[in-house]
Amino acid sequence: METVNITPAEKTAYVPSVRKKRKWTADHWLAAAFLAPSVVLIFLFVYGFIGWTGYVSLSNWNSLVPDWSFAGLKNYLYLFHDFRFQADLRNTLVFTVLFIAAVIVLGQLLAILLDQKLRGESLFRNIFFFPMALSFVVTGVVWQWLFNPSTGVNLFLKPLGLDGKWYTDTNILFGFHWGKIEFGIPVAIIAVVVAAVWQMTGFAVAMYLAGLRAIPDEVREAARMDGATEFQLYWKIILPLLRPITVSVIIIMAHISLKIFDLIYAMTGPGANFVTDVPGVYMFETTFRGNYYANGAAIAMVMLLSVAIFIVPYLISSRKGGS
Amino acid sequence: MRKKASAWLALALGVGVALSGCSSNSSSSDDAKQGSQKAGEKLEIFSWWTGAGEEDGLKALIKLFQEKYPDIQVENAAVAGGAGTNAKAVLASRMQGNDPPSTFQVHGGAELNEGWVAAGKMEPLNDLYEKEGWMDKFPKALIDMVSKDGNIYSVPVNIHRGNVLWYNKKIFADNGLQPPKTFDEFFQVADKLKAKGITPLALGDKEPWAATHLFENVLLGTLGTENYKKLWTGELSFNDPQVKQAVETFKKMLGYINEDHSSRNWQDAAQLVAEGKAAMYVMGDWVKGYFVNDLKLKVNQDFGYVPVPNTEGKFMVITDTFGLPKGVKNPDDVKKFLAVLGSVEGQDAFNPLKGSIPARIDADPSKYDEYGKQTMQDFKTAELAPSLAHGSAAPEGFVTKVNQAVNIFVTQKDVKTFIDTLASAAAELKK
Repeated sequence: METVNITPAEKTAYVPSVRKKRKWTADHWLAAAFLAPSVVLIFLFVYGFIGWTGYVSLSNWNSLVPDWSFAGLKNYLYLFHDFRFQADLRNTLVFTVLFIAAVIVLGQLLAILLDQKLRGESLFRNIFFFPMALSFVVTGVVWQWLFNPSTGVNLFLKPLGLDGKWYTDTNILFGFHWGKIEFGIPVAIIAVVVAAVWQMTGFAVAMYLAGLRAIPDEVREAARMDGATEFQLYWKIILPLLRPITVSVIIIMAHISLKIFDLIYAMTGPGANFVTDVPGVYMFETTFRGNYYANGAAIAMVMLLSVAIFIVPYLISSRKGGS
Repeated sequence: MRKKASAWLALALGVGVALSGCSSNSSSSDDAKQGSQKAGEKLEIFSWWTGAGEEDGLKALIKLFQEKYPDIQVENAAVAGGAGTNAKAVLASRMQGNDPPSTFQVHGGAELNEGWVAAGKMEPLNDLYEKEGWMDKFPKALIDMVSKDGNIYSVPVNIHRGNVLWYNKKIFADNGLQPPKTFDEFFQVADKLKAKGITPLALGDKEPWAATHLFENVLLGTLGTENYKKLWTGELSFNDPQVKQAVETFKKMLGYINEDHSSRNWQDAAQLVAEGKAAMYVMGDWVKGYFVNDLKLKVNQDFGYVPVPNTEGKFMVITDTFGLPKGVKNPDDVKKFLAVLGSVEGQDAFNPLKGSIPARIDADPSKYDEYGKQTMQDFKTAELAPSLAHGSAAPEGFVTKVNQAVNIFVTQKDVKTFIDTLASAAAELKK
């Protein structure tokens, strides 16, 4: 370290020997010691197991007896040729797009309405936020009942001549054949999106409301002075100011939706023709029912990568922003 | 200095908390194990019997065991979930982690033999069979189902019949219909019912095994017992014309089912028949337990039963068995429990409540209802065929693939794709 070439500009700030001694006081050692166990545990139980899963996904371990022989990408190739997994990827894509779009639009709308200094605001805030307190399993069971073709909301709809098949519908909107599957929006997934949006919108509302409150009144006043209408004020000034919050909401919702399991497992399962199946459910069934450990690990790795596509650029950009 | 010392103390505490938090997270059964070591090893009975009837049966069995061995502590470690799908997942992770329950429920046949026995996780029970004199008390075909390479690995507690066609007596009487004996008769009856606006056949395949259950019955009815069995040993190809014929029949049947089948589980589908919204239902005889115990229907009065068309004289057998995993700390206690489970007394305590029939041939028929007596009679004379949907015919991995193929077929109804998928999955059977 001491022999590193130092540019003149840095020289004044860089006094190696003194700084090193000063850095490692008892407090520093203590801090490091406090952090060490969690660092070790995280490396072991998070990164270690990611590595382990990756290793299993390249093996031939597809029965109750472990088989560590190297299989190369066989398990991945099998997956991408598999009807069910192709359907899963389609469902995940459709679910993620619809879910995030709905959460953001509804979240902004409700937050703006709540921000109008109305009376009983805290009551409304709680109403919107309470679904967050439930687990996805509960949401799944409740909405399954609500959307059941022979009970629930259909008891009101049937007299009106509407026959809702909801999550048992196997039709695919705007469908065209691509690979082995029909690509498009499965009608049944919309029912699941409704349940997920119902659960998660409150979170977006809270985020946006906090964002709106952080915008100084001067900004609004200045805009109004310049003759902006209320619509222009929100569309041209407030919403652009809320963009960092939108990014956070997208990141958080994306990782929820890409690895979703419990809501779908409780509400619909894989669904007929796998119209509501997602990689999480497929992974569970493959690994723990079929005992195809290597195939299950491959699905898990694909899920990890799909989440990483969203998270890693965010981490990089936030690091840059911070320094 | 004092400040420093207190800081180190805090650190030690912090590490302690972190470690204890970690260990309690890793497995809650660790705590249970430590607790039980103090109070003598517990006998942990792992099953998926949490529904009405089956839970009562299990409790009756445990009660009988406790009367005989009051010193042994028993823990009923049942995991809820239809057909054991969740329980099997829990069991798999415990067995892989070398934390086996004392004894666990496993279907006789491939699920036991190609799964746990092949993985080297089970102890042979030949000495127990000889000591209890069971070799001629269980039917030979049944002992074969729980044996591999000459060793016996579990004790059957019950027999379920898979090939039963349940029907609503009132609907059949009102329309002057007779329960069908062949597939041709089935379609005639179904057409008449459909014309009257009644759903002919109930299906609830929210969990795809229910559709596989219907398919395996059609296979058995079309192929006959011998050829049906050959499918699972790889001796008969899925490309055989007979299989195609069975798939065509299955496809035709799917034209007569309730529209909302994919939102119903097996009980919901049975309910359609109970309420008179559907006329017939192909399902195992746990339906009888559901009809009688939960819906308070009367055998041969509210509902009737016949073998699935073309399967008269055949018996699709599903047997729940309990074995002894390797590495348990109290194998002698487990063997005591298995001895009670395999005794006439044990079987007669359990089965009338569960709705199944005893696995032993010398059990007391007077304890069983009309359905049970007739099924016990049929069991003695019929050709036994292992069930695919319930893990007796083929390894779990193959069953999972068949369930997937069936799930797709129920919607797409593409015979060629279905047979191709089955044939390529069957490559795994020939190990």
